[in-house]
Amino acid sequence: MASRTNDAKAEKNLLVLLERVRDVYGYLPDQALTGLAEQFGLPVVDVYAAATFYRCLSMRPLGRHVIKVCKSVPCYLKNNRPVIDAIVKELGVGPGQTTRDGLFSLEMVNCIGACDKAPAMMIDDAVFGDLMPEGVPGILARYR
Amino acid sequence: MPQKLLVLRHCGVIDPQDIDSYLASGGFEALRRVHSGMTPAEVVDEVKRSGLRGRGGGGFPTGLKWEETAQSPSETKYIICNASEGEVGAFKDRYILERDPFSLIEGMAIAGYAVGAHHAHVYLRSEYAYLVPLLMNAIAQVERKGLLRVAGYPFGIELRLGTGGYVCGEETAMMESLEGRRGEPRVRPPFPPSQGLLGLPTLINNVETLMNVPWIVANGADRFCGVGTRESKGTKVFCVSGDVDRPGVYELEMGSSLRELVEELAVAKDIKFIQVGGASGRIVPAEKMDPSLSYENVLGPGPVIVFDKTRDVVDIMCRTMEFFAEESCGKCAPCREGTQAMLETLARIADGKGVRKDLKSLEELSRAMMLTSSCGLGQAAPFPVVDSLRYFGDEYEAHISA
Repeated sequence: MASRTNDAKAEKNLLVLLERVRDVYGYLPDQALTGLAEQFGLPVVDVYAAATFYRCLSMRPLGRHVIKVCKSVPCYLKNNRPVIDAIVKELGVGPGQTTRDGLFSLEMVNCIGACDKAPAMMIDDAVFGDLMPEGVPGILARYR
Repeated sequence: MPQKLLVLRHCGVIDPQDIDSYLASGGFEALRRVHSGMTPAEVVDEVKRSGLRGRGGGGFPTGLKWEETAQSPSETKYIICNASEGEVGAFKDRYILERDPFSLIEGMAIAGYAVGAHHAHVYLRSEYAYLVPLLMNAIAQVERKGLLRVAGYPFGIELRLGTGGYVCGEETAMMESLEGRRGEPRVRPPFPPSQGLLGLPTLINNVETLMNVPWIVANGADRFCGVGTRESKGTKVFCVSGDVDRPGVYELEMGSSLRELVEELAVAKDIKFIQVGGASGRIVPAEKMDPSLSYENVLGPGPVIVFDKTRDVVDIMCRTMEFFAEESCGKCAPCREGTQAMLETLARIADGKGVRKDLKSLEELSRAMMLTSSCGLGQAAPFPVVDSLRYFGDEYEAHISA
């Protein structure tokens, strides 16, 4: 996505700058945290504390595409387990892991606001709903 | 039971990418009316008289919030639209924004005029990033028509995408996040209308709350008061999920029946219980489904999750508490430690390893958390546990003695 905010004053906002680092590297390298601490005149711990609070900011490198599968109750009620199993089987890695080719990271997340199409997941910014285990390979193939 | 489309009246009717379709269906009539002859105080008064209350779950009288913000002396004031929608089972704001971004913009512009704010932020949860182009397009179109002005000055609407976290839906945590820090709730008072974003007077309203405003201004507070119940005026937008054939978004007059919503509109069968309000919502067992949906009874921010007779209440509570334990921001001990201790206890019971005194400790922990947690997350997290112990205590017992 080209721009995630139209806020002109965002340059002065630590969180917005952390997001920009994330957008470039996919995660927050240590040097970026120390650099921002210096730029803002803050102790590194303040930058680290902000960075580690937010689940969209990763402290470790992620795959090119991040798959977020909803594990909350509405998706559970719509039988998300076989879908999760199909994703794990297709990727060959479990939640919290990245495929060896660096293409996908798999994460289990809380409610993504797609309960009307449960079970649902996101790949990057796109939502996929009414998932069936048989449909999983086809969806992932679009990102390969 | 028919739906009453007031907030959703433009959804599916207009093209969310085209302001002319919104104008053709009566859009911006309210804003024009405000600009051509209403004083800010008259607008505040209209909203006050309407009896509109916050739709994000809190239920605070919207007009009072507007009045306090309007009366706070400051040259710079802010409006924040809470589009964080992090509650489990919540998707109504997404549904609205996808279909009618213009009513929200109109509502914010009216609010800006009423309270004297020239800057607004829309705090959008990160999972709705795909809505950013649509919203930016809508804002740009309204600007091009010259409609984004407050008392002769430009009215700026800035979009900010959240970075993740349920607690950021709590208004003071949201402001911390907007200012670029950890999204931990602030100690209140001061409340946002006197000291909010960057220490300045700030009006914070939910998407749905602001969407009601153009209708109220265009049709008058008296007509709005004619809809709903004594304490709950207007309509409410619900999003139904779980064990139903027709999950989705439904708008009903306040005071409508929960039974009709889930059985007739969403087509639920063999209901065991319903959770009204998301993860922190109250549990309503099937045999008590008849109370009306209103602030007087049970309402919440919109989520209605239906559970059928095959569901194990302890299993569901365990999954619900896992959500809170993960989403607790960690700032205050009652919530940070309480949600974790509850999760461990519930997991033990679900696993068949519970003992009788676990039930007592769940009750004690609930009371302590509700009383001492510093924000709504920790205060409300025990609600479903307390309710399920009350209505389904025998199921907990069965897990223990099994």
